[in-house]
Amino acid sequence: MSASTTLAADTMVLARRNLEHIRQIPEKLLDVTLQPVMFTLLFAYVFGGAIGVAGGNYHEYLVGGILVQTLAFGVMGPGVSIATDLAEGVVDRLRTLPMNRAAYLLGHAAAEWVGTILALIVLSISGLVVGWRIHAGILDALAGYALLAAFGLAMVWLGTLIGLSVRSADAVQGIAFGVIFPITFVSTAFVPIDGMPAVLKTFAEWNPVSTMVTATRTLFGNPVSLPADAPWPLQHPVLTGALWTAGILAVAVPLCLRKFRARTAD
Amino acid sequence: MTTELGITTSGLGKRFGDFWALRDLDLAVPKGSVLGLLGHNGAGKTTAVRILTTLSEPTTGTATVAGHDVATDAAAVRTKIGVTGQGATVDGLLTARANLVMIGRLSRLSPAQAKVRADELLERVGLSEFADRRVDRLSGGMRRRVDLAASLVADPPVLMLDEPTTGLDPASRQDLWNLLREHVARGMTLLLTTQYLEEADQLADQIVVLDHGRVIASGTPAELKSRVGGERLDVTLADPADADAARVALAPHAESDDARVDGAVLTIALRPGTRLIELVRELDHAQIEAVDLHRREATLDDVFLTLTRKEMVPA
Repeated sequence: MSASTTLAADTMVLARRNLEHIRQIPEKLLDVTLQPVMFTLLFAYVFGGAIGVAGGNYHEYLVGGILVQTLAFGVMGPGVSIATDLAEGVVDRLRTLPMNRAAYLLGHAAAEWVGTILALIVLSISGLVVGWRIHAGILDALAGYALLAAFGLAMVWLGTLIGLSVRSADAVQGIAFGVIFPITFVSTAFVPIDGMPAVLKTFAEWNPVSTMVTATRTLFGNPVSLPADAPWPLQHPVLTGALWTAGILAVAVPLCLRKFRARTAD
Repeated sequence: MTTELGITTSGLGKRFGDFWALRDLDLAVPKGSVLGLLGHNGAGKTTAVRILTTLSEPTTGTATVAGHDVATDAAAVRTKIGVTGQGATVDGLLTARANLVMIGRLSRLSPAQAKVRADELLERVGLSEFADRRVDRLSGGMRRRVDLAASLVADPPVLMLDEPTTGLDPASRQDLWNLLREHVARGMTLLLTTQYLEEADQLADQIVVLDHGRVIASGTPAELKSRVGGERLDVTLADPADADAARVALAPHAESDDARVDGAVLTIALRPGTRLIELVRELDHAQIEAVDLHRREATLDDVFLTLTRKEMVPA
């Protein structure tokens, strides 16, 4: 067998192992399913009435925000699961097998990505229920989902990097919450940013979450409600969002491979 | 040539910071034989196994497994070994069968082969009924058996087990020994670490005793036992001050002059075939009151105490 078929086969075997973990502990999926659905309902029916969106209705505006927020919080699951796995002896056994070593991380990421895709499906359905619709052509809509899926994969690898960098699974929660929470809320995800104080508004304008949210709304034909003087990246959200995604992957994947080697060497 | 040797090491050492976990280990384990690495926690056993299983790189020296160098040809070594260790375990969230199938697949078996092999091994270790139970819901003893089965999936020519029977009850331990003997009889080379002299005695052709990372003794079980004496007698004295008198009184029945006192308990190496009544008579004759006499097999502690004492006090 060539190295690449070995890598693909081993990755499949290990992805299956991680999917089996999710099947055994389905609670793991709550943060990408139940939690964002709660957010959808909360913002649509509790806060939504108080938030005005220029040129459209809030429910249509909201879904792009929730989708990206959920993907951003998706760093947590992969981070916790890799940190937990490394604390167990099974990784040592895998390292004594004639398998491709990169397959361990690839399999892990592949399985976590399945969770991301599931979240996109669940959220699209709950969006449809609260009145969200796609008002774009099929190609734009597909491009929207492709960009979201790619961004989700980037978040999986970012979470994996966090998980590989900390000593315990608990630390992942703290780091992820402390960083992801402000980034997702100080953005265009839930409210038009025009009304924010200058400092926060500038932060929100340059925030990659804003870029991704705006790209999603643009591709799905939903209201974007940007400030008139929005900076260039926010004016060209699809391109910028794709660049952010590619950039995060280009940095996180090699760093993960290196960190994994360092973590398991002695 | 090298194919005749299952495992070799030369000057093998491992340093963590300025602490040497293992120093100057030289081994030559013939193919199809069993080497027992005997030592307490922290003696360097696990370090040696980690190096030989490619999990850890040596600081000094070289090692080969099935003819392949562990440092320069680790990938080839991994196709030849089965490992069960304190570190290398199975996945608690998978079923016993799923674990074995996964390991089979990652050892280059086809899906069908991996499944057949998994069922075969579960049957062999008596876990067929529990094949579909999650490993973290099995008892400790069953879990160790899954561990062992996992190391046998690829039918490796060299098996390395790090304290395989720790935590097993005596019956399970016997079963496991029998399983290992079967494989060794078919030509498998086995390296096992243990804290139990009895286990090394039961299985090993050669024993290497490690202490603080260094080899303090090696030889066949018979050689080692003749050096330390097989049986021990613990005498609990009514008056600890009698210890020396008791040692002198019992000297005719002692295998060596190796005696030690711990509180009111005097321990001597007992000459084989000594009858208990003779010991009682000697003590009575010397007017020493013993509260208890306990005759037993030498433990690893006895071996260490004897061997380290011999090092310090040249005969």
